[in-house]
Amino acid sequence: MQAFAALLDALVYTNSRNRKLSLIAEYLRETPDPDRGWALAGLTGALDFAAVKSSTIRNLMKERIDPDLWTLSRDFVGDTAETASLLWPEPLSTPAKSDATAPLSISDVVKSLGTMTRVSVATDLPQLLDQLDASGRYALIKLATGGMRVGVSARLAKTAFAKAFEVSVDEVEEYWHALEPPYSQLFAWAAHGADPPDTANMPMFRPFMLAHPLEDTKVDLAEYAAEWKWDGIRVQLVHVAGETRLYSRSGDDIGKSFPEMIGALDVPAVLDGELLVRGNAQGGEEGGAASFNALQQRLGRKTVSKKMLTQAPAFVRLYDVLMLEGEDLRERAWDKRRSALEALMARLSANHFDLSQIVEARDFEHLAQIRETAREDAIEGLMLKRRDSAYVAGRKVGQWYKWKRDPLLIDCVLMYAQRGSGKRSSFYSDYTFGCWDGDPDDGAELLPVGKAYSGFTDAELKKLDRHVRQNTVNRFGPVREVTRSMVFEVAFDSVHMSKRHKSGLAMRFPRIHRIRWDKPVHEADRISALRELIKD
Amino acid sequence: MSAPFSWIEPHPHGIRIVPADSWIDPSQPVDKALVTHGHADHARGGHGETIATPETLAIMELRYNTHDGVVPVQYGETLRLPGGVDATYIPAGHVLGSAQILLEHAGERVIVTGDYKRRPDPTCPPFAVTPCDILITEATFGLPVFTHPPIADEMDKLLKALANHPEQCVLVGAYALGKAQRIIAELRAAGHDAPIYLHGAMEKMCRLYEEWGVSLGELRLVADHSKEEMRGSIVIAPPSALNDRWSRRLPEPITAMASGWMRVRQRARQRGVELPLIISDHADWNELTRTIEDVDPAETWVTHGREEALLRWHQLHQRRARALAMVGREEDAE
Repeated sequence: MQAFAALLDALVYTNSRNRKLSLIAEYLRETPDPDRGWALAGLTGALDFAAVKSSTIRNLMKERIDPDLWTLSRDFVGDTAETASLLWPEPLSTPAKSDATAPLSISDVVKSLGTMTRVSVATDLPQLLDQLDASGRYALIKLATGGMRVGVSARLAKTAFAKAFEVSVDEVEEYWHALEPPYSQLFAWAAHGADPPDTANMPMFRPFMLAHPLEDTKVDLAEYAAEWKWDGIRVQLVHVAGETRLYSRSGDDIGKSFPEMIGALDVPAVLDGELLVRGNAQGGEEGGAASFNALQQRLGRKTVSKKMLTQAPAFVRLYDVLMLEGEDLRERAWDKRRSALEALMARLSANHFDLSQIVEARDFEHLAQIRETAREDAIEGLMLKRRDSAYVAGRKVGQWYKWKRDPLLIDCVLMYAQRGSGKRSSFYSDYTFGCWDGDPDDGAELLPVGKAYSGFTDAELKKLDRHVRQNTVNRFGPVREVTRSMVFEVAFDSVHMSKRHKSGLAMRFPRIHRIRWDKPVHEADRISALRELIKD
Repeated sequence: MSAPFSWIEPHPHGIRIVPADSWIDPSQPVDKALVTHGHADHARGGHGETIATPETLAIMELRYNTHDGVVPVQYGETLRLPGGVDATYIPAGHVLGSAQILLEHAGERVIVTGDYKRRPDPTCPPFAVTPCDILITEATFGLPVFTHPPIADEMDKLLKALANHPEQCVLVGAYALGKAQRIIAELRAAGHDAPIYLHGAMEKMCRLYEEWGVSLGELRLVADHSKEEMRGSIVIAPPSALNDRWSRRLPEPITAMASGWMRVRQRARQRGVELPLIISDHADWNELTRTIEDVDPAETWVTHGREEALLRWHQLHQRRARALAMVGREEDAE
């Protein structure tokens, strides 16, 4: 556990990607099985211990330290695991270090965490914590509750794995989803030259091909095909050896929320598409899909009522086919895969699948005009796919582009600010803003319409933080209410009706577009202006 | 007979001693100032009369050109102020010359700690526990997450990093007054006798320390030496220079920072620190609470820092305390 704790600390204290890669690679080479596999699972967020949650840690701490002192500390540090690791009382007598008791390994820890129940955790977890120093406790709690915050993505960890054993990262990515922690087969293959795992007959997730924003690039439509970018969630549907799985973009199995899709595929295939709900908001009657808001009602449900299945039936609008009847099509050009997909449509149930149509345009300028209609049709924008592109994991330059419609803009007034987490733990970086519910000169009030924590530079963040501290009128725990003195130009993708907010509105992807240091607050927009932008 | 302790008044800009018409650590120019130590958030120029230890006065002369109206007071010496107030300067263990000030008036005793710590420091005499009725204490690290490890552990970390990267240098960010000299003295005590390189802003203060009898071994200025010469060396610079263009002249520096804030990972990360050294000249949580228990005042007043948690601790231990909300001594003051 000490080696893993030291690795986490070293990762926290470097911003260099190369340095992170060598630190992880070195650890993976030098650490025995299965410790290194568990560490890799921890770094990539693949571990989940049902009995240990952030609230478990808080409860343990509240038995050991005054709750007010805990809250003040947590608020300052900005991270529950770190606060707990620092405040955990050092055991009064360190158990005599005899040679017989080996120090706690990460495998011991994982094994022990896995057997804890909601009841036993209150005694078992303290026993582990008592055996470690502050760094070790931090590593243990991070491992148990997830969210390492060491600036290592799953992709980076896999790249480090490839680097450690000089294997191809694409192969690592491929086998990864077929295996469970501690990935002994993966290590046997990469480190000891064993045969790679047999993945053809597993209903596993294949990493998505993603797109770069188009920005100022112009493309030739002879080389690129255009499709609508539908506003649902990207999914992968896999059917192999009689089993069907529905995966989200992050590779999570979301089949339980959409049982109608699990029964819908009986051809052995791996399909890429957009999960949508039937309706007519996107692209009108022809478009056949409801707004994202309608889909959202169905996300994250463990059980789905019959009523929901009939009122808001889901379907997948297909973009691509990765595998078909045991054959891997990913190396083939996009237009070849597209033909295969079009031919496949006849064999699929029309209730559950349709094909994402190609958008025909004379040239790029014509396409730009067509894109202008996306807003009216409540579609997110366009996709541009290179006709000869193979299906490769991740974002490969020049292959696929997304060309989203321009965001909507509205001027809002800052109302509340909250401290951020992690790197921003000492800054007021999360802002709640509102619009006027009438004429502010006639005494109208501000109603909150959204919350944003991005879109500004570090230098702006410092200025905003100072503004919040100097203009606080009220404190509610970690939240500060500020004087109505600052206007934000907020960018957002769309706005919907919502019962959760007093204003009756909810924005999608709001972010700070510009800070209007110059603009008087009574010139900010009214709720009515925002309501007119609803396209549900 | 006036109300108890009405002769001492906390103001946002300093602590006023009413009958003597003088101030402790005022942040604005006044006629008569009693100064606890030379850091900028406590000492400033422009007072009519400045009363401090000779060491602090020397520091103030160097930094603020203070030489008119200076009144030196030795540790342990008592000075009679107007209005029947006695002021005694007592070691605070913070930096060279730092003092607590004991004020006595009408049979009442008040101590203003200034900044202090309870750990040994080769550059200044240790904090002396002195009984009083009211203890006016700082609380820079007034949260239970702040416990500074023994400095020997941190020196060990620093020297190991140096030994592991003989082709590079370790650049240590440290405040020019106090922290820098303490680190150099601790390095010497740990047997590190190689030349230590200094940022230009450190030089004069180090010389001053040496004049006051703190030997720091061989010190060299970065500006006078080549990249090659500095490989395998320790370089000390003010924190503001760490990520500055200035550091480009150094041989692949490993960035270290010596501060109590380094106890919190994300704080170190915000500053781009690769080697955090938890070294502070302020009392940590345990030192703060132990000091209150040792001094055992009837009431504690908390001047600056994270006072909420320290007030809560008083409540939990059935002790009286209040916060004074002093300005200009926020967040990163150390």
